[in-house]
Amino acid sequence: MIRFLKYKWFQVGGFGLLLALVPLVVTNRYYLTVMIFIGIHTLLVVGLNLLMGYAGQISLGHAAFFGLGAYTSGILTATYKLSPWPAMVMAVVLTVVVALMVGVPALKLTGYYLAMATLGFGIIVYICFKELVWLTGGPSGLVGIPRLSIGNMVLDEPRTYFYLVWGITLGAIAVSLNIVDSRVGRALRAIHDSEPAARASGIYTARLKIWVFVVSAIYASVAGSLYAHFITFISPSSFDFMFSIKLVTMVVVGGMASIWGAVFGAATLTMLPEVLAVFHDFDIVIFGLILMVVLIFMPQGLTRGALDLWEKYRFRRGIAEGPI
Amino acid sequence: MKRGKVRKIQILAVLLLATTLTWSGCAKKEEPKATYKIGGIFAITGPASFLGEPERNSMELLAEQINAQGGVNGHPIELVIYDTEGDATKAVLNTNKLIEKDNVLAIVGPSRSGTTLAVVPIVERAQVPLISCAASVKITTPVKSWVFKTPQTDVMAVAKIYEYMKGQGVQKIAILTVGNAFGASGRQQLLQQASDYGYEIVADERFGPKDTDMTPQLTKIRTLKPEAIICWGTNPGPAVIAKNMRQLAIKIPLYQSHGVASKKFIQLAGEAANGIILPTGKILVADVLPDTDPQKPTLLKYIADYEAKYKIAVSGFGGYAWDGLQILAQALEKAGADRAKIRDQIENITDHVGISGIFRFSSHDHNGLNKEEAFVVVKIVNGDWQVIQ
Repeated sequence: MIRFLKYKWFQVGGFGLLLALVPLVVTNRYYLTVMIFIGIHTLLVVGLNLLMGYAGQISLGHAAFFGLGAYTSGILTATYKLSPWPAMVMAVVLTVVVALMVGVPALKLTGYYLAMATLGFGIIVYICFKELVWLTGGPSGLVGIPRLSIGNMVLDEPRTYFYLVWGITLGAIAVSLNIVDSRVGRALRAIHDSEPAARASGIYTARLKIWVFVVSAIYASVAGSLYAHFITFISPSSFDFMFSIKLVTMVVVGGMASIWGAVFGAATLTMLPEVLAVFHDFDIVIFGLILMVVLIFMPQGLTRGALDLWEKYRFRRGIAEGPI
Repeated sequence: MKRGKVRKIQILAVLLLATTLTWSGCAKKEEPKATYKIGGIFAITGPASFLGEPERNSMELLAEQINAQGGVNGHPIELVIYDTEGDATKAVLNTNKLIEKDNVLAIVGPSRSGTTLAVVPIVERAQVPLISCAASVKITTPVKSWVFKTPQTDVMAVAKIYEYMKGQGVQKIAILTVGNAFGASGRQQLLQQASDYGYEIVADERFGPKDTDMTPQLTKIRTLKPEAIICWGTNPGPAVIAKNMRQLAIKIPLYQSHGVASKKFIQLAGEAANGIILPTGKILVADVLPDTDPQKPTLLKYIADYEAKYKIAVSGFGGYAWDGLQILAQALEKAGADRAKIRDQIENITDHVGISGIFRFSSHDHNGLNKEEAFVVVKIVNGDWQVIQ
């Protein structure tokens, strides 16, 4: 058990060390900006993966929690001149309240019905962002969100923001790895496989599902706050239904029920459109093609798929060498 | 057998990815030293593609023409254009890419007000001139040192309409605006400027971008007895309003915004379009402008060139990017490849005849247009435009 824990912390530590070195090597602001977005997306996807990959509960409205975080932070700091850090905490509190209000009735549903309920929730929140003009600035967006600062240091350079975003994201990854390996994590997977069976073996499934829903909403809210303070401008179109779908795609492409898969999924889907930009008008077609190829040949996602290929390769070599 | 086939497809997929990567690698290397690199970011796909596509087309057309004539002082112009999909995140990423990776001298775009406001902090910090193609007044008020814009603002459109109405003896008006960024900004200006002209707004109604029946709003407006209705929206809502007014036999004049200034609106509204008065950029009425108008030759040439190359009818929006690149080319001619000097030279342009108007930039005006030249008031008569002011 202790060896296993060491191994897990070694993973997080190694990844953290690698990330810490990145801004020393990469000075180009564009690449750093891409990596900041990967960090924000990773935070979102790790949370959604806990809900979807582990507990097996789909959410097509996750952009709403992301937006709630962004708008609460944005409105409190830009309109009411509150300091960003307390605003971020208040965003989390508000998100928890909303997640409970939505989660308690919605998570009684399963399958398609749960998908529809969360989809509806996402669309309602999006319409609120658009129509509450006096509060959110409406479709023209909210301007004048200040940047984050620690003490007297304003984090307005991509390099410093990179450390902040990835610091928080690494923390979230560590927490998630811990959750997954705990009693709760095993209970979540039990719910995924069969809810009646889980209930029969003494798991309080209703409470656990709401709990994981709230945790993933908190991740999304923090990601939203980080996004708002980085771009310093938010408008409803960043939190629409398509963004929820994009998050689900990241979870699926990266690999369900895999925390590191979430990192891969977020990184791949954030970078791919950038790389494909050289194809101009055809980039969307190639993007779709790559997604199809991944899902047909690696239905378990990139992480699991890559591992499978490696195992297969080793297995074949083993056979070839065997008789000699 | 089957397994081998799958493997082949897998290899094919990997090869495809590999080509993608090498392709992007190659693209970076071809950088002839003498070119002037200009960036463009437009909403080429997505909900605002009706803006982004003609903007990209116009910019490519103009770059082609400039290069055919030997470029700017012998330097050909090289365009790097990215798609924002109308999304703020994409706009921020692509702006950083243009500045840090492609190292462009200046940027034209983005197409929408929201995306422009999202990239303003980036260009301000990186000190790169940006000429936006978006309408919002917020972009250039207050003046930001590196940000310019070419389209007319809502302030001008509202002022132009209010000014015209003054001559008609109207006192009480009703406004009817659409629930998107365009309508929200127009509504704000309509409410704000009403007192300057001494109008009383008796009804302030709204409709959704996809609504198909506005009789409830119009019935309510009718009971309040305004002397004119101003509708601020983009298709198809305003056409529905025109038709509903006929059905309800509301006889007072209907004013529309420049958001419906296209033949499409006349098609949608049909017979009900006749008699409607609206402000529009001159491009729609180029052929009926008086010959003394200084913009007429520029407009006619742009329309002819655009339609010859792309075989589609010109829209009012491509002109924003055309003006943007024209202004940059002029500034480049005097400044050379130096971002700070380009910025200074743009401020020095005081008589550029463009598509959207005559640009007179200065250190306190980064839009450079005025309402007298940027807009004309037209009336729809027998399904065609007639200039009335």
